[in-house]
Amino acid sequence: MDGIEIFVNGQAQDCSRTSPHTRLLDWLRAEGLTGAKEGCAEGECGACAVLVARPDGPEGSRWTSLNSCLPPALAFDGQEIVTAEGLGTAAGPCSGEDLHPVQREMADRGGSQCGYCTPGFICSMAAEYYRPDRRPGQGRKETGSREVGEQHATDHECGPNGFDLHALSGNLCRCTGYRPIRDAAYALGNPLDADPLLDRQNRPAPPVKHTRTGGGAQFLRPETLGEALEVMQESPEAKLVAGATDLGVEVNLRHSRPPLLLAIDRLEELRTLSFDDGRVEIGAALTLSEVERGLDGRLPLLAQLFPQFASRLIRNAATLGGNLSTGSPIGDSAPALLAMDATVVLCSLDGEREVPLSEYYTGYRQSVRKPHELLRAVRIPLPLAESTAFYKISKRRFDDISSVSAAIALQVADGVVNSARIGLGGVAATPIRAFATEESLTGQPWTADTVATAAGVMAGEGTPIDDMRASALYRQAMLRQALLKFHAEKATALEAAK
Amino acid sequence: MKSLADRPVNPVVGVPVSHESASAHVTGTALYTDDLLVRSRNVLHAWPVQAPHAHALIIGMDTRPALKVPGVVKVLTASDVPGVNDAGVKHDEPLFPSEVMFHGHAVCWVLGESLEAARLGAEAMEVEYQPLPSLLTLTDAMAAGSFQGNQPTVARGEPDSALINAAHRFSGEFEFGGQEHFYLETQASFAYIDEGGQVFVQSSTQHPSETQEIVAHVLGLANHEVTVQCLRMGGGFGGKEMQPHGFAAIAALGASLTGRPVRVRLNRAQDITLTGKRHPFHARWEAGFDDDGRLQALKATLTSDGGWSLDLSEPVLARAMCHIDNAYYIPNIEVHGRVAKTNKTSQTAFRGFGGPQGMLVIEDLLGRCAPLLGIDPAELRSRNFYEPGQSTPYGQPVRHAERLTAIWQSLLDRADVAQRRADIAEFNAAHPNIKRAIAMTPVKFGISFNLTAFNQAGALVHVYKDGSVLINHGGTEMGQGLHTKMRQVAATALGVPLSFIRLAPTRTDKVPNTSATAASSGADLNGGAVKNACEQISSRLAEVAARKLNIHPDDVRFDDGKVTGIGFHDRHLSFAEVARDAYFQRVPLWAAGYYRTEGLHWDSARMQGEPFKYFSYGAAVTEVEVDRFTGAYRQLRADIVHDVGDSLSPLIDIGQIEGGFVQGAGWLTLEDLRWDVSDGEGRGRLTTQSASTYKLPSFSEMPEQFNVHLFERATESGVVYGSKAVGEPPLMLAISVREALREAVAAFGSGGTAVELASPATPEAVFWALERVRASSPSSNDQERDTVRPPVPTSAL
Repeated sequence: MDGIEIFVNGQAQDCSRTSPHTRLLDWLRAEGLTGAKEGCAEGECGACAVLVARPDGPEGSRWTSLNSCLPPALAFDGQEIVTAEGLGTAAGPCSGEDLHPVQREMADRGGSQCGYCTPGFICSMAAEYYRPDRRPGQGRKETGSREVGEQHATDHECGPNGFDLHALSGNLCRCTGYRPIRDAAYALGNPLDADPLLDRQNRPAPPVKHTRTGGGAQFLRPETLGEALEVMQESPEAKLVAGATDLGVEVNLRHSRPPLLLAIDRLEELRTLSFDDGRVEIGAALTLSEVERGLDGRLPLLAQLFPQFASRLIRNAATLGGNLSTGSPIGDSAPALLAMDATVVLCSLDGEREVPLSEYYTGYRQSVRKPHELLRAVRIPLPLAESTAFYKISKRRFDDISSVSAAIALQVADGVVNSARIGLGGVAATPIRAFATEESLTGQPWTADTVATAAGVMAGEGTPIDDMRASALYRQAMLRQALLKFHAEKATALEAAK
Repeated sequence: MKSLADRPVNPVVGVPVSHESASAHVTGTALYTDDLLVRSRNVLHAWPVQAPHAHALIIGMDTRPALKVPGVVKVLTASDVPGVNDAGVKHDEPLFPSEVMFHGHAVCWVLGESLEAARLGAEAMEVEYQPLPSLLTLTDAMAAGSFQGNQPTVARGEPDSALINAAHRFSGEFEFGGQEHFYLETQASFAYIDEGGQVFVQSSTQHPSETQEIVAHVLGLANHEVTVQCLRMGGGFGGKEMQPHGFAAIAALGASLTGRPVRVRLNRAQDITLTGKRHPFHARWEAGFDDDGRLQALKATLTSDGGWSLDLSEPVLARAMCHIDNAYYIPNIEVHGRVAKTNKTSQTAFRGFGGPQGMLVIEDLLGRCAPLLGIDPAELRSRNFYEPGQSTPYGQPVRHAERLTAIWQSLLDRADVAQRRADIAEFNAAHPNIKRAIAMTPVKFGISFNLTAFNQAGALVHVYKDGSVLINHGGTEMGQGLHTKMRQVAATALGVPLSFIRLAPTRTDKVPNTSATAASSGADLNGGAVKNACEQISSRLAEVAARKLNIHPDDVRFDDGKVTGIGFHDRHLSFAEVARDAYFQRVPLWAAGYYRTEGLHWDSARMQGEPFKYFSYGAAVTEVEVDRFTGAYRQLRADIVHDVGDSLSPLIDIGQIEGGFVQGAGWLTLEDLRWDVSDGEGRGRLTTQSASTYKLPSFSEMPEQFNVHLFERATESGVVYGSKAVGEPPLMLAISVREALREAVAAFGSGGTAVELASPATPEAVFWALERVRASSPSSNDQERDTVRPPVPTSAL
C-alpha cells in the first residue's frame, strides 16, 4: 500500500494516520493551516472553502472551490489543494507582502471586516478568477426584471470581467453587506500567462489513487466499479461517499460514524454524459457543476434548476446520484427529473435495472434500491416537453433549501394541453408527481379557466407540513400559485412572441 | 490648548485606508482565538451537556459513565467551583445550574483528550430531570404576569388629553422577532496557567475586563491573578459583550483544575442554542395626529422577551424607550416598559441595543397610519422631524436637529427620488403581477452608554528610541475597524506616518477596568484615550525638540515623521532623532492615556437626563420589487446619506454603514427564529439552530445598486477629531426596506388602507400581507382566491 499524502500549497503532507471521520478542514488546521475556518459545519457558509485541482477533460484541470468542512481528508489522497495561505503572503517580520490579485482586490476595497469568512471567499473568488471560460462582457446591461418570469437581472450578478457572482453564493459574510466583495470580484483582471496556478490548469488533474486504510473505521476507494459492487455485496454497512455534501452533515451535526466509507466519485462508469436520439444519460457521480457544464443548457429545466441548487461550493462536490440516493423530499433535483420522466439505472453484481423515478421512492428517505445496488446513472427521455419551468420557493434566493419546489413540463399544441408532467418537492415524505393536477390539465384547452381549476387541484397535492421554513398553508398556497405563475409567464411569453 | 475635535494639518485620520489586518485576513494568517490551539500541547477539549427540557429541576447527576469513556479526563460540575457559581454580573446566571431554565441549558461540561472523547463523554452523562411548566411566548408570559427587572416609564406632557383632542386617533399592536448574531466565529476561549503562574485566558470577547472579573470570581481569585487577551473576533455584534464570560470561566476552571490548557469552542448549534439574541418585542400603542399629520400624542407599552435571566435586558429596554421617538417630535408621550421572563436563552446586546426595536415601533406605526391619514409616508415622516430647540421625551435637547432635514433633502436629490417615483408608477400600471415601491426612513441615534460610568477609556502608548510606536487601548477589534482608526488617531496625534504605529492585542494587563467595546462608542472613547496618551508624549517631545531647534515648545510641529518649527521650511529633525534625544535626556517616552465623556447625566429611575453625548443622523431610501405569486422580493436599489461627523476612516465607515444596513435588513426580512412551542417532547427547543435553517442575508439579499454617501461638513465638536460613532446607527436604516415592502404590497390593492406586515417580512409574510390587501380590494379577481385564506396576522391594527 502506498503512503497516503495530500499536496497542500505545493508540499506533500502525510495523511496516513488520519481517521476516515476526520474532515479535510480539521486535518488542514491540525497541519497548522488555520486560514480555513469552521462557520457552520454543514456547507452553508463557505468559511472553510479551499481550492482543489479537478479534472477538466482528459488534458486539463480546473481549480475548483470546495467546502473543506464536509469531505473526509482521506478522499484527497494524492490530490492537490491550495488554501488562502498558499495564494499569497502578508507582510510580516520574516516576509514581504506578496498578495495574489484576488487578495489584493479584497484587501484594498474593504472586502474584509472581521476577516473570519475571508479566506473562504478568497478561495471561491480565486476559482472563478481562473475559470477557463470566464470572458468579459458576459453580463447583460440592464438591471431589474422587466417582466414576470424573465430571468432576473444578470448585470448585478455578472461583472464586466465575466465574473459570475454565483461563484460566491456559498460564502456568507456577516459584516460587509457584500458590496465591497462584489466590487473586488468585478475589478479582477485576467491571470498573467506566467501565473503558476493558471499554468497548472493546462495539465491533467492528479490521478485517482486507490486508497485503502486499515484498522478501525475504514476508508476505501476502489479501483473499479466491479470492486465497489463486490464491497457493497459483502459489506452492507458500507457508506457510499461521492461529494460528501450530505454525509459530511451527518458526520458533523448528527455525529454519524460509519465504519466503512466507500468512495465512488471517481469511478469512470459513473462519470459518463451521453446524448442520443432517444435519451440523455447522466452519470451519477458527475458533480452538478460538471453536469451543468456538460449539458450547456440543453436541458432547460435543469439549466433553470442549477443556479438555485444550493451554491457553487456545493455543486462543485455534490452529485445527482447523491441527491437522488439521499432521497430527501426537499432535494431539488428530483422534482425536475420527475417532470422530465427520468429513470434511474441501478447496478449490482447481478446486472443493471432501470426504474422510473416516479416509482423509485417508497417512503421518507427510502427507495426501491437494494443495499448492494448502486445508482449508476440517470436517464432522461427525449424529446423534451416544450414548455417548462422550475420554481423554488425559499427564504433566500441563493444558497437556500426549498420550502416547496415545483417543476412543470407541458406540451401544448393548438391551444390544448397534450401532456403534463409535474414534479413536486417539500410537500410529502418523498418527492412526488402531481398526478391529479396532470390529469386535470391533460386534454384541456390552455386557458385561465383550466389553469384555475388545475391550480385548485394542485393545492391539494401532497400533505404539506408546518416547519421552520414555511407553514403548511403557505406551501399549499405555493402549489397553486406555481401553476398560476407558470400560466402568467407563458401567456406573456406567447404574447411577446406574437 | 488643542480641542478634542481639531485636526492638525495633514492628518492621518480622514484618509481612506484598508483594515489594519486586511492582508492577514486575505492570506488566512490573521489569528483568532481557536487558531491558537495548534500552538499548544496537551490541550483538553470541552463539550457541554445540554438539557433536553425548557424548564426542569436537576434531581440527579452521575458523572461515572462519562468518566469511563476513553479519553475523558474530567467532568466539571458545580462542586468544582472554588469561587462563585455564576457567569453573569447580576448573579442570576449560575454557571452550573440546579434548575434548567431553557432547552439546551448547559448543566455540566466534559473535558476530554479530544473533542470526540469529550462529546462521547457528554453523551454518556446521566442526568435526571424533573420537568416543570414552561413559558415560551411573549403572549403567554404577559398573560401569566411573568416579568423580571425594573418597569420604567418615560413621560412628558398630557398624553391622555392630547389623544382625546387629536383629530385622528389610531391604536395597534405589533409583535416582532429577535435576531441571532451569527458572528461567523462562534464563542471561543482558550485558557492556561502561564509561565508566571497566572490564569491566562484567550477569549473572543468584546468585554475583556468583565470576562476577567467573572473568571476571577468563579475561580475565587483576585483580578490581578487573571489576564484576558482578545486577539480579534470573527464578528461580535453585541453577542460577545456578556456571553463569552461563562465559556471563558469553563476554560479557566478546567485549566486551573487540571493544569492543562483547556479549549472551549462552541459549534454552531451549541452557540445558537446557548447564547442570547436580539430581544423580540411586543408593543401596544395609541397615537394621535392633527389634520396635517403631526403627531400629538403617543401612549405605548413595550414588552421585551428577556429570556430566562436579566443579562442586559434592562439597559436594552431603556434604549428602546429612548428611541421610540426616532427622529420625531412627540409633544405628549407616555411609554411603559417591561421585560418578560421566559424559558428561552437570555436575550442580550445586539447592534443597536434596543434602539432598533424602539424605532421599529414608531416606523411601523407611521407606515400603517399614513394611508389612513391620506398622506404619503415619506411626507408624513418629514413633517414630524425634530426641529432645533426641541427636546426628547427624556429631556435631552436634540442638538443639530436641522441635519435631519438637510440629510433628507440631500437623499431626495442624490437618489433622484421624484423621477423614480414616477417611473415606478408607470411600471406598476403596466405590471399586474409584479410591483415596485420606494420608501424612505430616517435615523436619529443617541451615542454613549446610558450608564454614565461606562463612558471612560484608557490607553497605553509606547514610543521606542528608534521612533517606532506601540499602542494598546481598551477596545476590542471585531471587524469594525477600531484598531485601524486607533492607528490613524495615534499617527495623527504624534505626527508620524501610519507605518510607525503598531497596535498590540487587547489585554487586561495593559489597560485595566475597561468598558465593553459596545454602544458604537469604541472609537469615541478609546480614540480620546489614545489621543490623550500621544499628546502627553508629544508635548514632552516638543520640549526636547524646542531646545534643539531653539524655539518655544508651542511652536514645534510634528508632521509625517518630521519635527519642525512653525514657519520653518528647511529645518527639521526626524521623529526618531527626537525620541532618541528624549531618552538620553531622561524624558519618558511612554504614557497612559485616559478619556471620560463630559457632560453626561442620567437618572434611570426617572428616565430623565442627557445620557447621550450627541445624536447620529442618517436616512435611507430603498426600492424593492415584489412578486404577487409567491411574495418573493428583491432590493433593487438602496441609497443612504449618513452622518459620521468628520470621518476618521472613510473606507471603514462606509463598510460599517453598508454592513449595518444589510444586517438590519436581515433582521427585518429574513432572519426568523423559531421555537418549538408545542406541548410535545421538544417543547422549548430552538428549531432554527443551524445555518441551513436560520438564514442570513447572502449575495442575493444585498441591494443590486448600493450608494452610500457620508454627510459633509459634519464636524462633531467634543469628539475625537470631530468624528462620530458609526457601528450601530446604520442598522436602523434598513427599516426603509421593510417600509418599501409594505408600500409594494399596498400597490397590489386599491390604497387607503393600512397594510399590516409581520416582522421578519419573509416572502411568506409578504405573501400573506399581499393576499389580505387583495382580499380587501374590490378590483381583485375573485376566482383566484377561493382556496387561499390568509391566516390571521400576528399584529392587528
